[in-house]
Order: sequence, then structure tokens, then C-alpha cells
Amino acid sequence: MTAAIEFDKVVKTFAKTGGGVQTVLDGVSFTIPRGKTTVIAGGSGQGKSVTLKLVLGLVRADSGRVLVHGRDITRAGARELEEVRSQFGVLFQGSALFDSLTVFENVALPLRERTAKSEEEIRLLVAASLRQFELAGHEDKYPAQLSGGMQKRVGLARAMQLKPSIMLFDEPTTGLDPVMTREIYHLFARTQTEFGFTSVIVSHDIPKIFNLADQVIILHRGQMDVFSSPEAIQWSEKPHIREFVKMTMGDIYQSSVVEK
Amino acid sequence: MVVPSQQDFGIPRSFPPCTALRPTFAMTSNPLARLGNTGLYLLCDLGKMTLFLCKAVRGVFRRPFRFRELLRQVHFIGFGSLAVIFFTAASTGMVLGLQGYYSLNKFGAEGMLGSAVSLTLIMELGPVLTALMVAGRAGSAMCAELGIMRISEQIDALDCMAVDPFRYFITPKFLAAIISVPLLTAVFDVVGIAGGYVAGVGLMGVSPGSYFQGMEGSVTNHDIRLGIIKSFIFGLLVVWICTGRGYFVREIRGAGFGAESVSRVTTQAVVLSSIAVLVFDYLLTAVLL
Repeated sequence: MTAAIEFDKVVKTFAKTGGGVQTVLDGVSFTIPRGKTTVIAGGSGQGKSVTLKLVLGLVRADSGRVLVHGRDITRAGARELEEVRSQFGVLFQGSALFDSLTVFENVALPLRERTAKSEEEIRLLVAASLRQFELAGHEDKYPAQLSGGMQKRVGLARAMQLKPSIMLFDEPTTGLDPVMTREIYHLFARTQTEFGFTSVIVSHDIPKIFNLADQVIILHRGQMDVFSSPEAIQWSEKPHIREFVKMTMGDIYQSSVVEK
Repeated sequence: MVVPSQQDFGIPRSFPPCTALRPTFAMTSNPLARLGNTGLYLLCDLGKMTLFLCKAVRGVFRRPFRFRELLRQVHFIGFGSLAVIFFTAASTGMVLGLQGYYSLNKFGAEGMLGSAVSLTLIMELGPVLTALMVAGRAGSAMCAELGIMRISEQIDALDCMAVDPFRYFITPKFLAAIISVPLLTAVFDVVGIAGGYVAGVGLMGVSPGSYFQGMEGSVTNHDIRLGIIKSFIFGLLVVWICTGRGYFVREIRGAGFGAESVSRVTTQAVVLSSIAVLVFDYLLTAVLL
């Protein structure tokens, strides 16, 4: 099993408004295996988004190393960072579509800016991709004219254009209704089998998101617990994990309590 | 409020750690500590803005250059400001004509009206008022646009796609501003001089020949060059401050969050760039006159 992403004793702190320092990650180490799906879960404010930003090099660690395919991005210069980033596809929490560009232009942007393809080739590629994500016929709409679920699909289509080897999803189902959420999950499963990328999903949609996970990482007070499978979480003896399971998954996972 | 560390500004980790230079904005009651905090904050801010300018300049040399975006921005900043510039210049010129006539008449020197109006416009009012109008009209729009792109993660999205946001849309704004502002200043000067003619010659009865002859005799190449240099620098100041404030919208002290932060930072950008234009106007006049 080779690692796509590796955290080695990463420390990240932020200065607080009232003075003092808040430690978000306190010497965290873990690996994300290649070609698998890893879910990062945890309560709000536990550093889930910061973890993603560290992977992307948008935020730099105070100490420790973040390795992407074996390259340390905490010491990378601007050019090297750009090279590493070109392996990523990112679906942002709010989709982060360019709101002054149409759906077509949004999806075409990575192809226009990062490849030397002709306008005709780009048109064909984007049209095929929009069909795949069931967005055909919406090419000329602006993001503001789309529903939340459609925006996510456009974001996903845009992120996939350059055939990334690692996909990062930041809260992919926040603000979507249950039907749309299921649809997005189906889309994940389908695209991953098709493209075979490593995917990292930051989510608090527990337990549904666990159906997709090969590995689960739970963040709690600057520490991380890594579980090889979603089931393993329920067997954990650690009090904060048991608390987390009880909080997020509810009664169905508490058979021992019921038996008493 | 989460304050980014020095590394977040793109400074490689090989630089000496500079946590001492990290303002914590502590709500301390010690006035000396607060003063120090403010000083460090301003120093950090100036540093960030300088790096921002360097990256914008670097964007000029990155390929592929987005010529269409440059044209679009020249259209927005330059052509879009023409009407505002036209009206401002016409009224300024006419006021100068009347005011100049009133003052010069006291010495019986109405013949100097053309030279007084044109020198004032070319060396001072043209560049300054054009820059102020562009700051109010296009600068505020650019600041709000970048601020919204920042808070809705669109700039992060560009970074993550390995598309340099500077080359993509910030550098074209810089180039468009330093192309447009001098051209708008030239339009301002011409319209202003015509306005002075209407007021002085048309209304107050100064002879048309003396209006233009006075101008021809007193305006030198040096005066015109000074006006052009000023307008270049003012254009750069306005676009730098306005785009920079928008780009760093999340890191500005007291800006708050979300939509409110964009509105506050936009106000700040227009005020700051107007003050910068007026201060630099004095400095440039003192040095170059």
C-alpha cells in the first residue's frame, strides 16, 4: 500500500482574537492510501478544513511535514507547489464556482488555462463531461441560476477536467436535501470506479458517508484517530470516540446500552 | 478571528521564523502594548501589500498572457469612466475659467486665463481628479469583486487548479489601470481646457486668441511630462490599493466577516487610495516641479 498523502508530526496553531494561541493540530501523523477513499470526520472547529488546506498548501504547517506522493510541500517553493497542486481536484464547500462565468466557461477553465488544447477539442470534452454529470442543456446558465446540487455537480465536473490523481471534497453534501445527497454519493462511487483516483472526503454527514469510506480519520482536540474501516470505530475503547459514535450515530449503534 | 502565520503569505519556510512579527491583536489594557500591536500589524500589512505588488508585476511575464482580459479591463476602467471624466472635467474647467477670470481681472491680466487654466489642469487637477474618479468608480468595483471572490473561495479555487490568480485576473487589472488612467487624464485635460474656454471666452468675453496664445506660450514639455508621470503613478496606486485590499479582505483588522467585511474593506480601499493620491501628488510636485 503506497501513500498518496502523508502527515508527519504536523503542528498547526492560530493566534486567537483575545490573545493566546489555539492549537488546531498537535503533532498529527497519518497516511492516506493511494486509490482509496478516506473520510475525515470530527466535530466543528476541530480542524477538518485546516487539514485540507494543509494538503493543498494554502496554509503552511508550523512544524512537521506534509508529503504528497512523497514530496514535502511544507518546504516547496511556488513553482513546485503549483506542480503538486496540478495533481489535485478540489470540490469546495460552497462549490467556489466563478460566478461571472457560465457553466460551460467554468468547466472549460482548467482546460483553457492548463492545457494547449484547441477551442474545438475543449468544446467536445466539456460537452461530454456535462453529459456525464447530467448537466447537458445548462451550459449557458450562470452558477446563481442553478440549484445547490447542480452547483456541486458543476464543481465536480470542473475538478475532474484535468484527470486528477487525488480528489479532495470539503463537506460535499452540506446544505443538500437527502435525495440530492444520495445522488452525490452515487456520483462519487461511480466516478471513482471510473477514474480510480484517491479521494479524501471531509464531512460530518455521519454515518451515511461511512458507506463510501475505506478508511476513517476522526479529529478530536488536535489529535487524530485512524480506523481501517467504519466498523472499527464502534469497537474503539477510547471514551471520546465512544462519545462521538453515540452523538453522531444515535441509538442504533448502542445495542449494549439497550441490553442493560 | 484566525490570523494567518507569516508562511501563509507565500514566504518560504527557509526564511527565519518570524513569530515575533505575528500580531495577536490582544485586547490588552496596556496602551503601549496596543500601540506596539498596531505598529506590528501595519508593518505586516505593508509587507503583504509589497509582496502583492511584486506578484502582480511577475504576472506580466507569465504565459499565456490573457490579452482579452486586458482589453475587457481597459474597456471597464477606461471607456466605462469616460462619461464621469467628461462631466467632472467640463465643470472643473468652467469653474477654473470663471474663477481665473475673476482673480486675473483684478490685475487686468485676463489674457493669462488660458495659461492659468491649462497649467492647473495639466499639472495638478487633471491627474488628481481623474485618479480620484477612477478610484471611486472602478477601484471600488475591483475591490468588491476581489473581496467576494476571496470570501467565496474562488481565489482559493484558482490556486488549487494551479492557475496563478495574478496572471489570470489581477495583473490585467494593473496593466489596464496604468494604460487607462493616463489616457483618461489626457481626455480630462482637453475637456477641461474646452470648459475653461466656454466660461472665459464665451461668457466673460476674454478674446479667443489670447486664451490660446497664453496657453501656447506657457505650457512646456516639462509640464506635460509631469502630468503624465503623475497619472501613471496615481493609476498604479489606485489599482494596487484597491485590488490589494480586496485580495486580503480576510486579514484586515476590524473588517469583520462575510458581506460586511467586503463593504467595509471597499470603503477603506477608496478612502486609502484617495489619500494616497493626494499625498503622492504633493510629493511628486515637490520633487519633480
